[in-house]
Amino acid sequence: MSQTPETQQAKAAFIASKVGLGFWIYLMTDLVLFASLFATFAVLRNNTFGGPGGPQIFNLPYVLVETIILLTSSFTAGLVTISVSRANKRLALVFLAITFVLGLSFVAMELSEFSHLIHDGNSWTRSGFLTAFFTLVGTHGLHISIGLLWMLVMGYRIFKKGLTVNTIRQVTLLSMFWHFLDIVWIFIFSIVYMIGVL
Amino acid sequence: MFGRLTLGAFVHDPITEITIIATMLLALVGVIFLFKFKLIGWLWKNWFTSLDPKKIGVMYLCVAALMLLRGLADALLIRAQQATSVGASHGIVNADTFQQIFSSHGTMMIFFVAMGALFGIINMILPMQVGSRDVAFPLLNSISFWLFFGGVALINMSIIVGSFSNAGWLAYPPLSELAFNPGVGVDYWIWSLEIAGIGSLLTGINFIVTILKMRAPGMTLMKMPIFVWSVLCSMSLVTFAFPILTATLTMLALDRTIGTHFFTAGFGGDAMMYINLIWAWGHPEVYILILPAFGVFSEIVPVFSGKRLFGYKSMVVALVAITILSFTVWLHHFFTMGAGADVNAFFGIMTMIISIPTGVKVFNWLFTMYRGRIRLTTPMMWFLGFIVTFTIGGVAGVLMAVPAIDFEVHNSLFLVAHFHTMIIGGVVFGIFAGFTYWFPKFTGFTLNERLGRYAFWLWITGFCLAFIPLYILGLLGATRRLDHYVDAGWQGFFVIAAIGAVIICAGVGMQMLQIVVSIVQRKQNLVIDGDPWNGRTLEWSTVAPPPEYNYAIVPEVTERDEFWVMKKKGLQKKTNIVYEAIDVPKNSSFGIFIAVFASLFAFAVIWHIVWLVIVALIITILIIIFMLTRDREDDTISAKEVEEIELAAEKNRLYA
Amino acid sequence: MLMYAEGLKVYPRNVSKAYKVVLFLAIVCGIIAVFVHLLHGVNFPFLNPKGQIAYQERQLLIFTSLLSLVVVIPVFLMLFFIVTRYREGNKKARYEPDWDHSRVLEALWWGLPCVIILILAVVTWNTSHQLDPYKSISSSNKPITIEVVALQWKWLFIYPNEGIASVNSFDFPVNTPVNFQLTADAPMNSFWIPSLGSQIYAMPGMNTQLNLIANSIGSYNGSSANISGTGFAGMQFIAKATSQQDYNNWTKSLQDSSSVLNDTSYQSLAKPSSYVSASYYKLNDAYLYDKIVLKYMTPGNSFAN
Repeated sequence: MSQTPETQQAKAAFIASKVGLGFWIYLMTDLVLFASLFATFAVLRNNTFGGPGGPQIFNLPYVLVETIILLTSSFTAGLVTISVSRANKRLALVFLAITFVLGLSFVAMELSEFSHLIHDGNSWTRSGFLTAFFTLVGTHGLHISIGLLWMLVMGYRIFKKGLTVNTIRQVTLLSMFWHFLDIVWIFIFSIVYMIGVL
Repeated sequence: MFGRLTLGAFVHDPITEITIIATMLLALVGVIFLFKFKLIGWLWKNWFTSLDPKKIGVMYLCVAALMLLRGLADALLIRAQQATSVGASHGIVNADTFQQIFSSHGTMMIFFVAMGALFGIINMILPMQVGSRDVAFPLLNSISFWLFFGGVALINMSIIVGSFSNAGWLAYPPLSELAFNPGVGVDYWIWSLEIAGIGSLLTGINFIVTILKMRAPGMTLMKMPIFVWSVLCSMSLVTFAFPILTATLTMLALDRTIGTHFFTAGFGGDAMMYINLIWAWGHPEVYILILPAFGVFSEIVPVFSGKRLFGYKSMVVALVAITILSFTVWLHHFFTMGAGADVNAFFGIMTMIISIPTGVKVFNWLFTMYRGRIRLTTPMMWFLGFIVTFTIGGVAGVLMAVPAIDFEVHNSLFLVAHFHTMIIGGVVFGIFAGFTYWFPKFTGFTLNERLGRYAFWLWITGFCLAFIPLYILGLLGATRRLDHYVDAGWQGFFVIAAIGAVIICAGVGMQMLQIVVSIVQRKQNLVIDGDPWNGRTLEWSTVAPPPEYNYAIVPEVTERDEFWVMKKKGLQKKTNIVYEAIDVPKNSSFGIFIAVFASLFAFAVIWHIVWLVIVALIITILIIIFMLTRDREDDTISAKEVEEIELAAEKNRLYA
Repeated sequence: MLMYAEGLKVYPRNVSKAYKVVLFLAIVCGIIAVFVHLLHGVNFPFLNPKGQIAYQERQLLIFTSLLSLVVVIPVFLMLFFIVTRYREGNKKARYEPDWDHSRVLEALWWGLPCVIILILAVVTWNTSHQLDPYKSISSSNKPITIEVVALQWKWLFIYPNEGIASVNSFDFPVNTPVNFQLTADAPMNSFWIPSLGSQIYAMPGMNTQLNLIANSIGSYNGSSANISGTGFAGMQFIAKATSQQDYNNWTKSLQDSSSVLNDTSYQSLAKPSSYVSASYYKLNDAYLYDKIVLKYMTPGNSFAN
């Protein structure tokens, strides 16, 4: 391939803009998916069928800690982006690792909350309300878990190959994904937990 | 070990068993044929793993055609049953089989025939019309096709192993919940659509990015061919609507597998929520189908009238208006669910408002023909058939948009006649028109005109005979989906409808004959310069069939209908062209493997084979990770090869 | 200069055209004759309404159809005119290949449909409220209440005030508003008596309402208009409008009936069966309907899945 560095760079930028736009559109579709789950939660939120409602099972302080963890991880994800733009591979990996640990803690806390509920007999089979709760929050948790997997793969690749055109593009998409999930969490925290308890 | 899959799942009633065995024998013959002539390797290398959107488009069309045959077989069975099952007789199949037949008929026709054919046509035409060599994400394109095929495989698998859903093409709960439907049928329906739906969503994203990012230099949005606008609008609907389908199907699947209570009767489930969600997807879906068909007609009418499209701006505004409005009407599918007068009236009025931009398009087409020079070729015949049928169906739609009228015709055969009129008159005729119009571009020869016209007349006659009786039956009080009725006065109309269905099948037979005859006669119908119709848009500027890369030199666009303008200025033979090497995407089998394991995952969920669920899921994820982290390479067509291809094509081109 | 591909075979337009037209007309006439024959003697419940609601809905149908014709007829006329006059062979017609916009025309075909839809919107708003199924019908006669339960696969009619019940056939007095309360102990169904008017869904765990009235004595067919399982085609029922006297006699005879509908007999009645013939009961549990609705809303019930 006889391509000059300029054409290669232009080509890379063009691909990045295509991929960036495509990924943005995908995130919007994911938002519509969450919107469907939110709408369902709104409709089913009072269908407790004799079981517990929000005030009985939600622990606001606990959820606040989860929120702070996730928000912080978004901050550290931003630091990853900054490190990448400064071509600092080591720092990028450090912040990526911190983001991963924070995300993992979030998932662990959420799993713990879920297992307590199930243990008390309040699983998703109990009522429409609990169904909607577990599915909405669980889908978010599933997305976070996919993000964590992505972080592991990205971390390994950046470690092995450094900050190449491809890895930079992919870690940028990862941070977009992570910030998106953070925003969805704000909605969950507000609509499901806060309004659910108040 | 095999979940709830037992040998009993392979046993069916005699008619089904014979059909299965016959089909498998045919398939076996086909495979042996392929082996004998060493075609499997050729198929794999040149078609299955190709990332050329033209080839992917052809594959979509082939699968859609096969599914059309299956859907028509279902239609014939439905008509036969309803023509005979009156009074003491209960027809030719039992109620449960009948319900599976119409459920698979609807599901197949919408998801695999209409969507498949449209995606096929768009894949082939869109890149060329925007002056591009490919879509934005060629590998994603292949994955989308194979996921689509996975859905096809699952729905066809349901006849062989187990049974299909008997709950209609939208599987309303609580009928589709475990309490009333514990078998595998509804699960097949869910997962076939989940898999195919993800493919559709990815295609939507792909085409939008293609249109927004890969247009030829100089082609502003308002200089795009109108077909491209219709695809942009349709794909916007896809990206907004299909996630709703994914979410809703998943919720129903969770109800049926892990015991959630989204839509169950009792335990705080709400079946009405499903209906709202599924139609929030379902209504945009029908606009997803019709907008590209509108786009096809908007391409055909100017060419065969020798005149510019009337009111291009107005047409664009109408397309965008329809796109936005289509999200505000979904409740008109269930006025009778009891939402109250205010809500019903609002959605009824919004539904009527959509008819305004649609009517605008009809007038613009009419005035495109006005003071033109109209050539009544086969594509134009399909267009005329569309105008007549679509207008009548549209009137029926406006009638049903009035809630108080809908109270009397909801879920009757009047409704069935209406939506078939819109889909056959609009989408199917549009697909046939587009197929006939663009066929010469991809094969280098035109289709036989005479047989095309015969096919058209058979179709429209069959359509009228099949569906006018249904409008009447609806007003007679006949509900849809009946496997038996008591009023003998209805039977005559059902018999006419059955005859109409047979004539439609004759029309399809004529189309198949047309293709065969055209291939045999191709040397007499060669398209020398790639422009058989005196076309207006860029795709007609390439030779027929076009090279893999579409354009050796990316065209510069200055006007709408750029090719027409080029011809008017006089096509100059270019001298001293310097050809550059062109990168084309390398073949890839990732699409096939992802689809195989995703479909295995679905099959395992359907049959509750837990270990396979986990294994298939993990393998799918691993394949995706591997695909995303591999080193990417393209194939290069060297500048010399490009020059050779272009020079060979030059010999066929005529210049002033 | 560009040339069309040689393969374009246009159908020869000569003597055979007359033959074609005659044949076409003959076939069309034949088909129309068949339709006329079939239409003879059939009853269109919607077009031949027997109740005030259906009557108003039919008027609406006629009005809306006529309004639509304002657009449809010009479209068809224009289509016919344009295709005939501007065919390629007609060299006399004006050919303006670049004329592609006209403010006047655009204003016309955006504006005129807007006016028509505006009219229709007003009509829609009004009639949606006038013909709301939940709206009670004003009449000098006192309304009666019938509770309807969609079962698999039959219809149960409960008269809480009269203390009777019936399956697949029910009587009611003519010119008297009937207030239906509907639910289901089955998947979603739709309760539809086309001669009398609107249909409405009957859903488990929910209560919907429908108000109808019959203005002539007669037996009217009803069915379920939403698929609810294999036997749903057998969910035909009869709604019999009788004189007040006959109705009183009918309720009396059921109140003395030996067949009794209580919680136990209801459980066996609710078991799946289809194409059942009409049956009649004395009602021993005035709250049976409420219990059926609440069955899906209260935990601890054995039926809820």
